[in-house]
Amino acid sequence: MNETLTGAQITVRLLERQGIRTVAGIPGGAILPIYDALGQSTAIRHVLARHEQGAGFMAQGMARATGETAVCLASSGPGATNLLTAIADAKLDSIPLVAITGQVPQAMIGTDAFQEVDTYGLSIPITKHNFLVSSAEELLEVIPRAFAIAASGRPGPVLVDIPKDVQTQAIEIAGWPEPGKAAPTPAAEPASIAAAAAMIDAAERPILYLGGGVVHSGAAPLAVDLAEKAGLPTVMTLMALGAMPVDHPLSLGMLGMHGARHTNLALDECDLLIAVGARFDDRATGKVAAFCPQAKIIHIDIDPAELDKIKAAHVGIVADVGQALAELLPAVATRARPAWTARIAALQAAFPPALPGCDDPRSHFGLIRAVAACLDRDAVVATDVGQHQMWVAQAYPLRRPRQWLTSGGLGTMGFGVPAAIGAALAEPDRTVVCFTGDGSILMNIQELATAAEESVNLKIVLMDNASLGLVHQQQTLFYGERLFASQFRRTPDFVAVARGFGISAVDLDQAANPCAALIDAISRPGPCLIHASIDVEQKVYPMVPPGAANRDMIGA
Amino acid sequence: MNASLPAENQRLSRAVLRIDVTDHAGVMSHVVGLFSRRACNVEAILCLPAGDGRHSRIWLQVEDNPRLPAMIRQVEKLIDVQSVARCDAGIFERLSGLAAG
Repeated sequence: MNETLTGAQITVRLLERQGIRTVAGIPGGAILPIYDALGQSTAIRHVLARHEQGAGFMAQGMARATGETAVCLASSGPGATNLLTAIADAKLDSIPLVAITGQVPQAMIGTDAFQEVDTYGLSIPITKHNFLVSSAEELLEVIPRAFAIAASGRPGPVLVDIPKDVQTQAIEIAGWPEPGKAAPTPAAEPASIAAAAAMIDAAERPILYLGGGVVHSGAAPLAVDLAEKAGLPTVMTLMALGAMPVDHPLSLGMLGMHGARHTNLALDECDLLIAVGARFDDRATGKVAAFCPQAKIIHIDIDPAELDKIKAAHVGIVADVGQALAELLPAVATRARPAWTARIAALQAAFPPALPGCDDPRSHFGLIRAVAACLDRDAVVATDVGQHQMWVAQAYPLRRPRQWLTSGGLGTMGFGVPAAIGAALAEPDRTVVCFTGDGSILMNIQELATAAEESVNLKIVLMDNASLGLVHQQQTLFYGERLFASQFRRTPDFVAVARGFGISAVDLDQAANPCAALIDAISRPGPCLIHASIDVEQKVYPMVPPGAANRDMIGA
Repeated sequence: MNASLPAENQRLSRAVLRIDVTDHAGVMSHVVGLFSRRACNVEAILCLPAGDGRHSRIWLQVEDNPRLPAMIRQVEKLIDVQSVARCDAGIFERLSGLAAG
């Protein structure tokens, strides 16, 4: 039976048919028809953010925690421009997102109408694909396609800009399209798999290098299986943390700018690098010419444009990394590699990971370890961006893929709190902890109101050094200690701010027993802010100076 | 799309790409923007409707440098791009008289 529906109703129905159950957004004039239709939906819960960037990061948090495409909504003009940072962040970290924006009516496009901006043009470089919809009919094709594109191959954000007259246009619907889903991935060439297996078998000092693609493709267990069978010491990028449990005997933890010294030195000596779903980012490789200088390279990635982009691969395999690993696994020989394992153990003994103060909950590492001691592997760990992010990456015992939500590629301060809210909305049975800094939290502090309204099970651990810590660190180390614009001369009373937003808060500085206060705060359900002052002079060490080779780390 | 100096014209080697795309309002912007955002000058552009009118063929003349293969792989990833091929410069040589007048 044919139904007559408006473009707005069609959009909402198509979202329902995609299985979307939670969306985050903010309404405004140009998207009000969609909000009117959304208000009638019994299937979709709308979470009202306090800033569109917050809505974008909430959708990211849902997508990162679950692996499913998530949706955010904004109106035209400033609503759309406020979303852009969250969309760009999703592009760089390959997060599947569908952003729906209202646009002024088609007749007014190009007239500098109220709240008109060229959302389509602005979003081209930061989306995987984008659409400007010109009729209600077209929505039936565009919305499922947007979801298919977001989830297919290398995931990414898709923006759909819908003019208001398209939202109000009523058409007769004879049938519904199939929901958009990820397209089947190309199979790896058998010859390449065989060549890769032969290289792994022949290598004396191989290292497995896991990137975010391993998490995205759900391939973490296969990567661990391959490492165990072929005896491969394994490094992870910031994006891949959790893919192999950090306490696995083959795990060398994070590589790169703030990786452990023994990890980067092991890479310096390896004769084969097996890159899986990783893109040789400059923060991981350091000076590229000096990265794994003796190594042959096997590079497996679903995105053909990543092969040979930074480093030429001896064997390049374009495939879903999960499928490729499944084919590689039976093809490689079982090996233990005692000489290489002994060499790595010697490096680890010579350069043990330095986590000074990790038994003192009033130090930065000690606080992170004390928080971890309150939680298990089911917890979700989000961060903002800065020193705290790197310390958590170094010190938190991450053991599960999708446990770790962090802004890697774009490095967006303000990511943490809204992304953590999104994760808590998507996975209400988990405890979500968000490590943040006093610089980062202020960039999306308004979302504390959303956290209070939704009563999400979120514990925000605010590491407060009253400064922009990484800037402070770089100015201290590389700019002759000329500290400028990196110290806050006046800082808010964050405990009072949180309480003002309706969130319980505890100040560990005032607690007689900080561990007990932490356990109490984390075990209570609902949102809570945990404030702890840290020493501004603490640095993220070790560190590869910008532009230097990874072997030339400083500190620790 | 700045005009190059004659001396520079002779120094640079060129590539002409033939790109088949689905035709809609944003596709030129997607394709050309990919080059301009990477500071790669597009020296000549031609776009014509192709086949059933739902497709177009774009020819671009760009500087041929070691980064071009990576750029072509990025172009191939665009959703509306069906195919990218390198072709000879004949098409722009035949049109060069238009710019002279």
